[in-house]
Amino acid sequence: MKQKPYLKHFILLSVLLFTFFLLNISLGSVSIPFKDIFTTLMGNTDVKDSWQTIVLDFRLPKAITAIFVGSGLSICGLLMQTLFRNPLAGPFVLGISSGASLGVALLILGSSVFGGFFLTNSISNWSLAIAASLGAFLVLFAVIMAANQLRNTMSILIVGLMFGSLTGAVIAVLAYFSEATQIQQYLFWSFGSLGNLSWSEMRVFGSIYLVGMFACLSVIKPLNSLLLGENYAKSLGINIEKSRIIVLVITSLLTGVITAFSGPIAFIGLAVPHLAKMLFTTSNHKILIPASAIIGGMVLLICDSIAQLPTSEFTIPINAITSLFGAPIVIWLLLRKKKITI
Amino acid sequence: MTKNKNNILSTENLAIGYAQKKQQKVIASGINFAIKKGTLNAVIGKNGIGKSTLLRTLSKVQKPLEGTLFINKKNSNAYQHLELAKTISLVLTERVPESQLTVFELIALGRQPYTNWIDSLSKKDLQKIHWAITATNLETLQNNRCSELSDGQMQRVLIARALSQDTEIIVLDEPTAHLDMHQTIVIFELLKKLTKTTKKTIIISTHEINLATKICDELIVLSENKIYTGTTAALIQQNAFENLFASKIVKFDTALQQFVIHSQTF
Repeated sequence: MKQKPYLKHFILLSVLLFTFFLLNISLGSVSIPFKDIFTTLMGNTDVKDSWQTIVLDFRLPKAITAIFVGSGLSICGLLMQTLFRNPLAGPFVLGISSGASLGVALLILGSSVFGGFFLTNSISNWSLAIAASLGAFLVLFAVIMAANQLRNTMSILIVGLMFGSLTGAVIAVLAYFSEATQIQQYLFWSFGSLGNLSWSEMRVFGSIYLVGMFACLSVIKPLNSLLLGENYAKSLGINIEKSRIIVLVITSLLTGVITAFSGPIAFIGLAVPHLAKMLFTTSNHKILIPASAIIGGMVLLICDSIAQLPTSEFTIPINAITSLFGAPIVIWLLLRKKKITI
Repeated sequence: MTKNKNNILSTENLAIGYAQKKQQKVIASGINFAIKKGTLNAVIGKNGIGKSTLLRTLSKVQKPLEGTLFINKKNSNAYQHLELAKTISLVLTERVPESQLTVFELIALGRQPYTNWIDSLSKKDLQKIHWAITATNLETLQNNRCSELSDGQMQRVLIARALSQDTEIIVLDEPTAHLDMHQTIVIFELLKKLTKTTKKTIIISTHEINLATKICDELIVLSENKIYTGTTAALIQQNAFENLFASKIVKFDTALQQFVIHSQTF
């Protein structure tokens, strides 16, 4: 498709992303002068040791996680919206995040219910990510199967909601039979948190994230043709089944790993693609994929900066902030005179 | 008749319909006809007789229940996705989902079979797109959003998209549905002109029978018992139009060479 000059937009957004990244790192319960933060990030070791630890081992991984989570979820939302040709689709609305939660719940809570089947102590980063991705994959697969039967886009959303409640119910049953400590562990996970990730966990997270992001590039062309509907896409030589499986795998991997490491985070996947579509007024995925990624990363950095309540020692669960931010945006999108489009 | 050198598309004992689990719903069977290169062909018949199903089968959107379809003398099953996309382009009745695509962008999507993995347009692609835009008179609209267009304009955009796909065959399912009389004739004239100037083969389905009998080179008439093909004159001789609607209200008038209304109420 023809390229409109979007370079300015992208430069501006990248600068903003970088600014919010630095802002996010410089805010926190311990106030560290900006100059010292910057020199620490540049690899200078003249700064106080405790400050270095705070910046390099806590704030930096957290800010990077925010970018991973925000951009990953936004891209998943964009892929869902085009695949289902439904502007209200997103990983949370379609129950995919809930599927990932179910995977995590089975791992954390299931170990006490099913006894020695899962070994509690051996919950590694990888197993959490794999369980969540499998859960996400199962729900997404079920939604796609249902979508093949239902042409009505509204019904697909209802089906997604039903899968969400279904997994919620299973988790509730599991929780009922679990021990208090495990329920607590699960509950804290479900509040969502961008922090607490060590660098070794970041490596697992980062590698899966990069694989997902690169795989996205391969579906730009099929996604663009899907804007015309499946029959037209097919007539343009696109292998629909193959593209659908790639999107399925990318979305469940990204949603799975993000949900595993930072808890179920709502609304980002639904709201951010629409912000990108509004800002760039295009449906071309060559523009929308990077745009959603940058805006998503930025939005989550802002949400996280708010969540850690600058200068106080408290941190609000990130999930609460994204809902506070996302829900009004979605309502506003619906109430706007202009139609929302894919 | 399938052996003629000029035939671009031909069928052999084609049966069309839908396969539902174990049962097959056959809409028409024993279909044998051939379509000549560079002609404008119309599939006509009453509602529900299977015009769309036939076109969907000819363009491989759906599978035939039986029989074989030959495209350029080659069994259509032997075509790869991409090869087919470079041979047949489509204009369907289904509405294009609402998006922010501009007219230019939508027409450019027709170049997908030729573009690289990231969908960049080459000089040749741009040339084809501009040609398609000019051929359909869309120059002034090319930067508009598709969601702002009227039905007639949108139909021209979809035809332009099919043209930019640069295929030998273009299949259009009811291209003039929802259009007013003027726009209908604009579309028919455009299609006729394209077959003459570009040697493309165009197959449409339509309810504009009186227009189709005048403008199209050949007709494919679907009736309850039989499928007739040929020029309007040949079909009149075969009485192909007599039982098209099996109705007293609309009848074919051989003298006028068109369908006329015989209503008691007005």
